Amino acid sequence: MDILVTILLLVLLLNAVMVVCIRNLFSCVLIFMAQSLVMVLLWILLQAPDLAITEAAVGAGVSSLLFFLALRRIHALDAEKGAPANKKGGLRHG
Amino acid sequence: MADLRRLFSLNSNDSSLDEALKRDLEEDQHPEDSPLSAREVSMHASAIRREEASMQRREEKAWVLSRRAYQVLSVLTALIIISVLLLNILDLPLFGEADNPTNNEVSARYLEYGLEEGGAVNLVADVILDYRAFDTLGESNVLFAAACTVILLLRRFSDAEQVHGMPEPLLLEEAPSDPLLMAAARLLVPVLLLFGCCIILNGHLGPGGGFAGGAVLGSGLILYLNAFGDQRASRVLTFRSFRILSASALMFYALSKAFSFFCGANGIPLDLPLGTPGSILSAGLILPLNMAVGLVVCCTVYAFFTLFRKGEI
Amino acid sequence: MWQELWNDRVEVAAIILFGIGLTTLLLNRNLIRKIIGFSFMDSAIFLFLAAEGYIAGGTAPIRTFSSDGTMVNPIPAGLVLTGIVVSVSVTALMLALTVRLYQRYHTLDFDEICRLEREKRQDPPGKEGF
Repeated sequence: MDILVTILLLVLLLNAVMVVCIRNLFSCVLIFMAQSLVMVLLWILLQAPDLAITEAAVGAGVSSLLFFLALRRIHALDAEKGAPANKKGGLRHG
Repeated sequence: MADLRRLFSLNSNDSSLDEALKRDLEEDQHPEDSPLSAREVSMHASAIRREEASMQRREEKAWVLSRRAYQVLSVLTALIIISVLLLNILDLPLFGEADNPTNNEVSARYLEYGLEEGGAVNLVADVILDYRAFDTLGESNVLFAAACTVILLLRRFSDAEQVHGMPEPLLLEEAPSDPLLMAAARLLVPVLLLFGCCIILNGHLGPGGGFAGGAVLGSGLILYLNAFGDQRASRVLTFRSFRILSASALMFYALSKAFSFFCGANGIPLDLPLGTPGSILSAGLILPLNMAVGLVVCCTVYAFFTLFRKGEI
Repeated sequence: MWQELWNDRVEVAAIILFGIGLTTLLLNRNLIRKIIGFSFMDSAIFLFLAAEGYIAGGTAPIRTFSSDGTMVNPIPAGLVLTGIVVSVSVTALMLALTVRLYQRYHTLDFDEICRLEREKRQDPPGKEGF
């Protein structure tokens, strides 16, 4: 168990360092999701199952989903910038 | 002078620039002054151009210097904070000892009498919904406030441009319905909704509770929205029902724990029927509070998704 | 000293994670990376809090028929539960602000946004429409 905790802590720090180094934003959000899952394992090993199930549902589920949605929206806005914007409701799709 | 600079920054090599400058200068002059010659005008123009270029170079250098100073200072600050905190860890009691100061008489009391006073088998649910219910009320309020603020930021109004002077948030294109996703959703959505309800209802008997269960419920609704489109999903949860559900769940939580303000801190005189520990209908108010919290979390998670995706609930 | 730090390695890792998150928040120019760094700082604090409540050899604080041994302190678990939900609310709020900022300035670079805002203030108002 101690070895497992040590390995998980090292993976945690490695994730944090990789977020700084990797250029692609999509990969950064995936690393964030992986970090949440590592935290779930750590909560189980620290004998807190409530925290584990809450972190799994909320951290790895909802939070990462919001990041992906925000990225999708930003790329959509990026695609729209090239299009001509008419005056009323110019940024509307349909 | 600002007009002159702007004129120069727009078109710096234009030959009609000198004429425009001459016109500008003549407008500013008094009628008794003599008009300037063309040579004086061009000398003036080149002097302004040189001055502006040197000012730009100075600004850029200052900007680069300040950015470098900011980077060095921020790394230094982070290192100082980490080292101070690490030094303080040496003074902390050792990890995992049973006689740490954090394991004092309060936690001993909660562990010993939690089952009798709260009625819940899961002692953490006891702590957050019975002994420290006020903290959880604050947390549900924070969730609700975040949902309200995201609505303010991302909701689309039809007359936003006239009223606020800002363009509407963007509406994303809806993806065409995928038959594979629909088939998978037909199997998964009932399971997810059932699982979410199960986690909420068993919050006082095992790990789980309102937050995890609400998030799973919200995920089920999100999958339904993704698979079957906006029209069918808006029949399940509209903006009006979202408002009514979240607000009434929060009000129920606030009112049911408001008696502490009148009866004293421990709420002792109120004898709620606790039931047999281990059955679902037990633990007094913990089960209804879990359901209220689960409703708030579910509505908030669904609201976040739809607001980010299409700008309305 | 090193023996103590090795014994408290969960807390030490939490502090180092906090420091890396703080550095990411301060140094990176990309808004999404700043938000991820902020979230890492939150996770680090929760790890520290939960590690304070751990008792070696203890079990989860759930009363079962065979719960005779020591149980882990339930109070830090309650605090961290509150914290996780607040963390996700704040992350959602920051992401909504990022989307609006991107819509207005068309860049995710924080320095670029500050520069554009400064230029907008220097020019007379009404030169740019919105």
